[in-house]
Amino acid sequence: MQLTVSGLPVFIYTARQTFAPAQPVVVLLHGAAHDHSVWNFQARHLAHHGFSVLAPDLPGHGRSGGAPLASIEALADWLAALLDAAGVRQAAVAGHSMGSLVALQAAAQFPDRFTQLILLGSVAPMPVAAPLLSAANDDRPTAHAMINQWSYTFASQLGASAVPGTSLTGLNRRLMERQDDAVLATDLGACNAYEGGLAAAGAVRCPTLLLCAERDQMTPRRAVKPLHEALAGVADGARMISIPRAGHAMLAEAPDAVGNAIRSFLTRN
Amino acid sequence: MTQYGSPAPETLALHAGQSPDPAFGARATPIYFTAGYVFPDADHAAALFNHERPGHVDTSHSNPTNAVLEERVAALEGGIGAIALASGQAALHVAIATLMGAGNHIVASRALGGAARNLLAHTLPRFGIRTTFVDPRRPDEWRDAIRPETRLLFGEALGNFGLEVLDIPAVAAIAHARRVPLLVDATLVTPCLQRPLSLGADLVLHSATEFLGGHGVAVGGLLVDGGRFDWEQSGLFPTLTEPYDGFHGMDFTEESSVAAFLLRARCEALPDFGACLSPMNAFQILQGIETLPLRMRAHVANARAVATHLAGQALVARVAYPGLAPHPDHELASRLLPDGAGAVLSFELSGGREAARAFIESLKVFSHLANVGDAKSLVSHPSSTTLSRLSAAALAAAGIGEGTLRLSVGLEHVDDLIEDLDRGLYAAGRVVGG
Repeated sequence: MQLTVSGLPVFIYTARQTFAPAQPVVVLLHGAAHDHSVWNFQARHLAHHGFSVLAPDLPGHGRSGGAPLASIEALADWLAALLDAAGVRQAAVAGHSMGSLVALQAAAQFPDRFTQLILLGSVAPMPVAAPLLSAANDDRPTAHAMINQWSYTFASQLGASAVPGTSLTGLNRRLMERQDDAVLATDLGACNAYEGGLAAAGAVRCPTLLLCAERDQMTPRRAVKPLHEALAGVADGARMISIPRAGHAMLAEAPDAVGNAIRSFLTRN
Repeated sequence: MTQYGSPAPETLALHAGQSPDPAFGARATPIYFTAGYVFPDADHAAALFNHERPGHVDTSHSNPTNAVLEERVAALEGGIGAIALASGQAALHVAIATLMGAGNHIVASRALGGAARNLLAHTLPRFGIRTTFVDPRRPDEWRDAIRPETRLLFGEALGNFGLEVLDIPAVAAIAHARRVPLLVDATLVTPCLQRPLSLGADLVLHSATEFLGGHGVAVGGLLVDGGRFDWEQSGLFPTLTEPYDGFHGMDFTEESSVAAFLLRARCEALPDFGACLSPMNAFQILQGIETLPLRMRAHVANARAVATHLAGQALVARVAYPGLAPHPDHELASRLLPDGAGAVLSFELSGGREAARAFIESLKVFSHLANVGDAKSLVSHPSSTTLSRLSAAALAAAGIGEGTLRLSVGLEHVDDLIEDLDRGLYAAGRVVGG
């Protein structure tokens, strides 16, 4: 589906279903240098189980126009504008990595728009290692190699895949290469600069789920604690679920476990 | 593993695609010899068919043993994935059928094996797909043959029978300038000697029957997607960029920004054409791949020694081996095949058909058969076997004479191979000398 947001074209994957705003809507936000396609299994799963799915390409990513937005706050504003453009008053929102910060900020800033919040591979703050930031600016192949090494378990790096016949690291490398030059550096810069994460978490009141991958090296589980504790305003506290045998790239490495966890949370809350 | 890099080919050849079996801890890849898979419940079954979950529906779609082979070859080639098929020819046919239909056109090297040539020249025209054959060494011929309806450029990394070295970067640039992909048959080079995707090719196929397996017991093929070609931006591939009624109305580029080709080939070609690989064959090919880096080094060393020896024989008019300086593509081979120009070579024996016959029939170590890429050394006489259907003019155009012989140099001790060839040369000499 194609929409215009802030005067620019936005592509939104709906899992090939006609978008029905009357159904429960769930927005899926991808991470740095990615596009909607990282969500394809989870999006199709939710779309076949009663949800209207909006998995947009963020500005400057994939098929969406414009330049990538330079701050998490700007992306949160854009997300609210996206809901307006889609005619959606309220939605659940799930975000992976950089997308999780956008979801967190939006849920805090627009509490009447978001009914549930799901944060995958998320920490706050989200500092990015200096060598990766530097490589994203001037040596993208090395930056892509670093991301693959830190995002995927060793089994995936050796080619074993949850998706028969697919190289997950190969797929991720090509997807990152497909984005324009400035996208990765802009995205990582936005994550690194975002200082409002814990304050935003304190303002969140809607039911919240944290999905943490057991072998995540980018946003390791032990580093999630401050964010988890800051979500103290959520009734009964934020739930945390561990995704076994997966790394930061849990959408690709454990598509079933992630899809099941999201659907179950959305259905029960 | 280098810092932030992929594991080396030797490591990938042994491990890629496989984790120890979760059920029993088997270290070797189990052979999942099953046609189907039990669905845990109706919802799960529906989810597999809806492509909501990855997994195995039936072996005509995918199979756990085949998946290890696919992921191993994808890792070795630096691709985003692969599909295991019943043969290398099935891989070629699936690549074509995934990209185009009646009214479309292919530009192909004329230095192709007999079956590939037949498919393109005689079979596919019946279905409305035509091919223009070009001299693989002439970039202008590739360029000039492209038409508005062209959807694919295709060549073998090392051609039949002159061992023409495909200038992949040059031909890929010509293809990409016209928004079409380049498919390379890399059977004779294997990922140990060349990774065509890193040189600009978009798709790679293997007849795994040859060097990948290496033992000559299992027929199979692999089709690897490089994931770099932008089908959407090209605008020439509606099979990948428009909804497909045969599979949930899926728009494959929308579904997967970089793996659209692979997705359509698996969703359509495998189940609909039925060209799936037996898991037993996949297992056997995997056993071969474990030693591929070691074998290719030994193959290349033996081939080089054999080619050098033949080049010094009075009865040998010409040796075609790109690893030797007289070959017209020697300089190109030094650039694109720095670790060796493979283990297949051809040579022209003075004395024509009768001398070639005497040569072949006197050999004791080399086996006379039409295949290549076995651990055992093989010899064939193309004008009386694989290319016997070609006219004399077509043979001549392909650089093949009545005395042309092809060798696939195996892993025996090189002294035994050279002694065997000398035995053949002696017999041929008796024919020539009357």
